[in-house]
Amino acid sequence: MTVKSTARARKKTAPSVPQSVGTDAQPELIQLLTPEGERVEHPDYPLETTPEQLLALYRDLVLVRRFDAEATSLQRQGELGLWASLLGQEAAQVGSGRAMREGDYAFPTYREHGVAWCRDVDPLNLLGMFRGVNHGGWDPNEKNFHLYTIVIGSQALHATGYAMGITKDGADDAVIAYFGDGASSQGDVNEAFTFASVYNSPVVFFCQNNQWAISEPTTTQTKIPLYRRASGFGFPGVRVDGNDVLACLAVTRWALDHARSGAGPVLIEAFTYRMGAHTTSDDPTRYRENEETEAWKAKDPISRLKALLEKEGIGDEAFFAGVEAESEQLGLRVREGVRSMPDPDPTLIFEHVYAEPHALVDEERAEYEAYAASFEGGENH
Amino acid sequence: MAGQLSIAKALNNALRSSLESDPKTVLMGEDIGKLGGVFRITDGLQKDFGEARVIDTPLAESGIMGTAIGLALRGYRPVVEIQFDGFVYPAFDQIVSQLAKMHARALGHVKMPVTVRIPYAGGIGAVEHHSESHEAYFAHTAGLRVVTPSNADDAYWMLKQSIESDDPVIFLEPKRRYWDKGEVGSAAPLPLHAARIARPGTDLTLIAYGPMVKVCHEVAAAAAEDGHNLEVLDLRSLSPIDFATVEESVKRTGRAVVVHEAPVFMGMGAELAARLTEKCFYHLEAPVLRVGGYHAPYPPSRVEEAFLPDLDRVLDAVDRALAY
Repeated sequence: MTVKSTARARKKTAPSVPQSVGTDAQPELIQLLTPEGERVEHPDYPLETTPEQLLALYRDLVLVRRFDAEATSLQRQGELGLWASLLGQEAAQVGSGRAMREGDYAFPTYREHGVAWCRDVDPLNLLGMFRGVNHGGWDPNEKNFHLYTIVIGSQALHATGYAMGITKDGADDAVIAYFGDGASSQGDVNEAFTFASVYNSPVVFFCQNNQWAISEPTTTQTKIPLYRRASGFGFPGVRVDGNDVLACLAVTRWALDHARSGAGPVLIEAFTYRMGAHTTSDDPTRYRENEETEAWKAKDPISRLKALLEKEGIGDEAFFAGVEAESEQLGLRVREGVRSMPDPDPTLIFEHVYAEPHALVDEERAEYEAYAASFEGGENH
Repeated sequence: MAGQLSIAKALNNALRSSLESDPKTVLMGEDIGKLGGVFRITDGLQKDFGEARVIDTPLAESGIMGTAIGLALRGYRPVVEIQFDGFVYPAFDQIVSQLAKMHARALGHVKMPVTVRIPYAGGIGAVEHHSESHEAYFAHTAGLRVVTPSNADDAYWMLKQSIESDDPVIFLEPKRRYWDKGEVGSAAPLPLHAARIARPGTDLTLIAYGPMVKVCHEVAAAAAEDGHNLEVLDLRSLSPIDFATVEESVKRTGRAVVVHEAPVFMGMGAELAARLTEKCFYHLEAPVLRVGGYHAPYPPSRVEEAFLPDLDRVLDAVDRALAY
């Protein structure tokens, strides 16, 4: 079967776009689990969950939060140069991350520690950049999780290009491009929307609107709800409660299926909140009110799932104790792993600049090595 | 394939050959399909290889570069056309911050076999933003390779070699020479990063690349009438530079004049002059001189001849160097 006919065949099975998507008539925020832990249904995004699945999601949320807290502490102890905390955004990341299939590919910013967790990337791999021993370092193709990208929005285009490649291959995969509300102002994100739209690429744009781009509120980025940007580019946009792991899972699963079916991209705006600072260098007390943070605390993604589990009588004492013990183990492993992470040899500077030999790099490397060897204890002494 | 071809046709043949030999090679750019590109370098390729291999893109340079990076991550070998030199700046961030660094950031786990074709430099009477020489920006960025052919044979082989390279290559096409003809495919090609002695000589080395090589040949011919035997060295590769060939030539002739269209200040000539002073100090009979553009925006076309190095301006520098 040719690529073209495969694409056509797939298109026939494309799920229909739910009526609420991108229209003003319906409620804007898709929610399946209220802040009080009540399970609610949404006609367009049905989700069946077993008790085991709910417990697994709970475990993900707790461990991801623990990892993040440990990294923040390690930064305060001087073990990391910087940390970008995901506190408050666990549900958006775990929900969307768990919606992915094995062949799907994630293109993160620098805060997607929860997505990395779902892709089974070793948490220690995420810390190399923040410790300063590399600029990323892991093999993106091993877990289909791309390197962290620091320039805001650049990766939306990489994701789109990758998705264009999926279409060329006639493959049944999809891509998620993660970015924030601030990135929605960037040209690259808007260019990614254009390319994905006109090429019908299987990419889901997952915008975590955490309300703040360092000190700039979302009102500095846009005058309309961000999910509505999609309609101007000709594809569906949907706003989901980003603190609701079940809604994030259901909506992202729908969006990925929509994309992989050949029906083109989807924009998901996960409406959430960054409880901590932008990074450990930031001071949010200068630009936002304590009341605002407190109000969002009541919508916490973990406590609402825990409330549901308690209401439904899912999970016994042994389970919760087990997650707690696992959390301690993770903290210990991260702590010890970071502290024992060796500094790279300085000749790393010259490694991997090019895939093929480059005369200038070879020459400068030789000069450096001769210089280093000239010191006491060096090879020449 | 031997025979006289224009540089434009040689480039077209190279793209065709690359599309034929590797199904992962894809071309991307504005107007490269039915139109064949504004310079017709991709003429007929979409007709023969289809819209999936020769992709007309939206008018968004950063978008073209960024999606090419994504395609490379998926295992493709994109060849990107930037329509004109001055239009590459919207893609500059994707090129220098992403394309150039991806291999290093991944500690070698991913490769970026992307070729960025850019018609560059002036001399065709164009309007603003259509005549820029930005080679120094790219050569200054580690992770990028920068090359530029000056004749049809190099155009053919160097483009094929660039596409085959697992590194990102900025492939600068001297647009004022697109219609110059030369023998193609007649000999085994030089390695992509070798400099070439385009004309052997004994009294002074003219170091040039791209569109200025032809000017330097004219200079050498004129100087020969005055009894001076000039060597013309075509750099071909600007990153890396084949310093061994450059140094060997200048040690032999004792004098060097670097000629390029780009502004002299902080340009390729500055690097070459500094390097030659360091490596060939005791062989030099004169300071290394530079001839190039001025520290001014590329001028309106009615005065561009005053901005661009020409026969007389280069000869003037040659006279000064020989007078030491």
